[in-house]
Amino acid sequence: MTDLAASATPAARPRRGAGRIALRWGLYLLLCLFALYYLLPLFVMVTTSLKSLDEIRSGSLVALPRDITFEAWRTAWSGACTGIQCEGLRPYFWNSVLLAVPAVLISTVVGALNGYVVAQWRFRGANIIFSLMLFGCFIPFQVVLLPMARLLGLMGIAGTIPGLIFVHVIYGIGFTTLFFRNYYVTIPSELVKAAKVDGAGFFRIFFAIFMPLSLPILVVSVIWQFTQIWNDFLFGVSFSSAGTQPVTVALNNIVNSTTGVKAYNVDMAAAIIAALPTLLVYIVAGKYFIRGLTAGSVKG
Amino acid sequence: MKHTTFATASAVSLLLAGTALAEPQAEVLHWWTSGGEAKSVAVLQQEFADNGGTWTDMPVAGGGGDAAMTALRARVLSGNAPTAVQLKGPAIQEWYEEGVLADISGVAEAEGWGDLLPEALAEHMKCEGTWCAAPVNVHRVDWIWANADLLEQNGIEMPTTWDEFNAAAEKLQAAGVIPLAHGGQSWQDATVFETVVLGLGGPEFFRSALIDLDPEALGSDTMVQVFDQMRTMRGFVDDNFSGRDWNLATAMVMNGEAAFQIMGDWAKGEFIAAGKVPGEDFLCGSTPGDGFLYNVDSFAMFTVEGEDKIAGQDLLAKLIMGPNFQEVFNLNKGSIPARTDVALDDFDMCAQKSSEDMTASADSGALLPSYAHGMALRGAQAGAITDVVTAHFNSDMSSEDAVKMLTDAVANSM
Amino acid sequence: MTKWFETHLPKMVLAPSFIAVLIFVYGFIAWTAWVSFTRSKLLPRYDLDGVIQYERLFASPRWDTAMNNLFLFGALFIGIAMVLGLALAILLDQRIRIEGAIRTIYLYPMALSMIVTGTAWKWILNPGLGIEATVRGWGFESFTFDWLVNPDFAIYTIVLAAIWQSSGFVMALFLAGLRSVDGEIIKAAQVDGIPTWRIYSAIIIPSMAPIFLSAFIVLSHLAIKSFDLVIALTGGGPGYATDLPATYMYAMAFSRGDIGQAASSAMIMMLVVFAIVVPYLYSELRAKND
Repeated sequence: MTDLAASATPAARPRRGAGRIALRWGLYLLLCLFALYYLLPLFVMVTTSLKSLDEIRSGSLVALPRDITFEAWRTAWSGACTGIQCEGLRPYFWNSVLLAVPAVLISTVVGALNGYVVAQWRFRGANIIFSLMLFGCFIPFQVVLLPMARLLGLMGIAGTIPGLIFVHVIYGIGFTTLFFRNYYVTIPSELVKAAKVDGAGFFRIFFAIFMPLSLPILVVSVIWQFTQIWNDFLFGVSFSSAGTQPVTVALNNIVNSTTGVKAYNVDMAAAIIAALPTLLVYIVAGKYFIRGLTAGSVKG
Repeated sequence: MKHTTFATASAVSLLLAGTALAEPQAEVLHWWTSGGEAKSVAVLQQEFADNGGTWTDMPVAGGGGDAAMTALRARVLSGNAPTAVQLKGPAIQEWYEEGVLADISGVAEAEGWGDLLPEALAEHMKCEGTWCAAPVNVHRVDWIWANADLLEQNGIEMPTTWDEFNAAAEKLQAAGVIPLAHGGQSWQDATVFETVVLGLGGPEFFRSALIDLDPEALGSDTMVQVFDQMRTMRGFVDDNFSGRDWNLATAMVMNGEAAFQIMGDWAKGEFIAAGKVPGEDFLCGSTPGDGFLYNVDSFAMFTVEGEDKIAGQDLLAKLIMGPNFQEVFNLNKGSIPARTDVALDDFDMCAQKSSEDMTASADSGALLPSYAHGMALRGAQAGAITDVVTAHFNSDMSSEDAVKMLTDAVANSM
Repeated sequence: MTKWFETHLPKMVLAPSFIAVLIFVYGFIAWTAWVSFTRSKLLPRYDLDGVIQYERLFASPRWDTAMNNLFLFGALFIGIAMVLGLALAILLDQRIRIEGAIRTIYLYPMALSMIVTGTAWKWILNPGLGIEATVRGWGFESFTFDWLVNPDFAIYTIVLAAIWQSSGFVMALFLAGLRSVDGEIIKAAQVDGIPTWRIYSAIIIPSMAPIFLSAFIVLSHLAIKSFDLVIALTGGGPGYATDLPATYMYAMAFSRGDIGQAASSAMIMMLVVFAIVVPYLYSELRAKND
């Protein structure tokens, strides 16, 4: 990150004296206050998941747990009941992995190729095609549920994981194409021209020249798509059948199934487990995310 | 786990491949995921397995079945309908009109369902003369539950008129108890509303207003009084009621935070699950006024392909109406059996009262379908009424305005 | 032959996606438009029946509430998230030592779905359990924070949670923008002794116009699609005070069995999207063609 932070923003201008120190302190205080706002829900979730039910009932919401117990986590992972099955999130978690990984990869590759064409191989009508595809990003998903269900049925992949992958790819390529197009548009078109003169073809140029340059935007696309697909509930609940339900549907089932006493700690633990992969992706790759955005994807 | 299920399933089918009959298969879409309900489904699944069937469970919880209905619609449109689906009321006939329900008259007639079910209930299970759904239970909706200790401490009897209820509630409020435990979700508002309609207007009024949707009844002075009573009751509810689940409201009565709750007899399942005894720890009574509002859960069978699935539907229908399941299920769930020939000896006093009242109401014509639980009206009309009820309950709208809105909304929903 | 293949290869690569979008976006919009002129109930039907669904829609007070909420929610959410995102980005741009950690903290809510955080937010905002109860527990008996259960204020809790979820992302966009401003110009300004706030307001922020546009589009797309948020936090309540067009449409299509009505509300939603997106696309593509 230092390479970016070192860019000559106004903060580089040195100041002197007590005023400057007070300003710095104020700045840090402000940043920490905002950090509290962002962390509060996560804090509540984590502490609650580590408490016993008795403690939750008697104690305050924001109190730290007195006796830390991982019982709720164990239950959420492999023991929580919905209906007659008591297998927790585990089998559904695996469904989500099987679904998210191919869907992210396919939509990213397709988006990269599309972006490459639209940005560097302009032909008549390319811009119109691109804007038509962009508009697809904005369609509310509730609108497409019913006709999509019909088509999935006709294609024979209703209620299957390939069916879900298909749906996510279709509605993901708008965004991935946008990302890659905006990135590739900043690459000088002389590069393609020169390569063509050297006899390189369409795919050769893509793999030899564009791919190696694409890492930052690849990260942005993967993070975005993974977050969208992993967190999706609407498609998951509509286009799955018993045995192919993704983790968000299972989470919803667990949270909405109560037996007299609501097991808040299990609910919270389940929620965190379901969110762990995306959280991890943001924590590990967040830095590249900003870098990727800096590298061009937002240069409207 | 998924793989083991598949493995077991295929192993079993290999073993049975020699036998001539198709092995019954059923994929069951339902939203009975909580406590007593889940136990009840497990009973059915066990019986199904004992009879050589393979049960694939597809629970979709949340929103009183909204999420499950979303899934159902997508499944039906994709030509991949589940074998059996938890459906009830006019929705059964609505799905039938879309041409997607299977005919189970074969089983129904062989088992003599016509003689086993009360007339009014049987009608809900039929689509243009053929049997298309199997009932599992009869819930009574117009119950009022009370914390026995709180009533005793404050010297209060179970109310038999709404005025008595209001007086009791004021007394409790003065004593620092929350009079009415209520969850601010639109269907719960609607549940209270329909018991008030029944109580203040009587069975005839209920029928013309909430079943026949007679504009005169909907716009009548009686309806204004009903909304007045709703406004009064809003004052008996604590401030945090918005969005509260019904069973958390039940827990408030159990814990002595609140005195009364108006809710169907699934609430009893919560009391029983917590080890409370009817008549000692908690009291049950019908809400003030005459009549009996029923809510019948049932399973509808969808048109499916394949011998094994059709065999599964027949077996499932037979088991659902079987005396053993009807008894065990309803003991768990708090309701009473749909078939009339099950002995109620093992049931508690609330269930026995429910059964007696049902018979009596059926004779006097006061056995009525619940509007709030989708037994009386189709979705669009019921929803339009609920919108008005919940908008009124959650604002300071006047009763006159609410009645005006009600007639407009019902007309607009047609 | 190969020559022909080479020249048309780019089109062929784009074709499958284009066809998919034609069918799965525009085909489905056309389908929805058709259904909105029918009396479809539980399942779609295709016999046209005039504009009855639109008449019903505009006569519905609940739809009025939903549209009003959309504009109120949209304006507040987009406005506050932009201002907050920009402010946080500028603060973070001051050579903060723990920038990496703080940035991740601001950004992580984007990683979570509301299905996950809805419960936590519900608790925090619930007067009997959350902030109100905690502050009262500290001895401030008269402290009130009951937005969640107050029909007039519940929509603001949706705004609060939506900002929580998305402002970090906006911050990231702006931070990226700040970092890509030409350093030479800023250095020159500093040498001239122009105060820091003037450098921001006169040089840096104006140069980020495209980013404002991107942020605006991302946020308005989130606002229009907001659905999980409402379902998880308030379920549309109290009453239907926090209904949005997306939840209205969902309720009509899936819990009411009134698909014609749902389709007509979807078409109005699409019109709103259209009104926002088309000018953006126009300016976007025109700028690129220069």
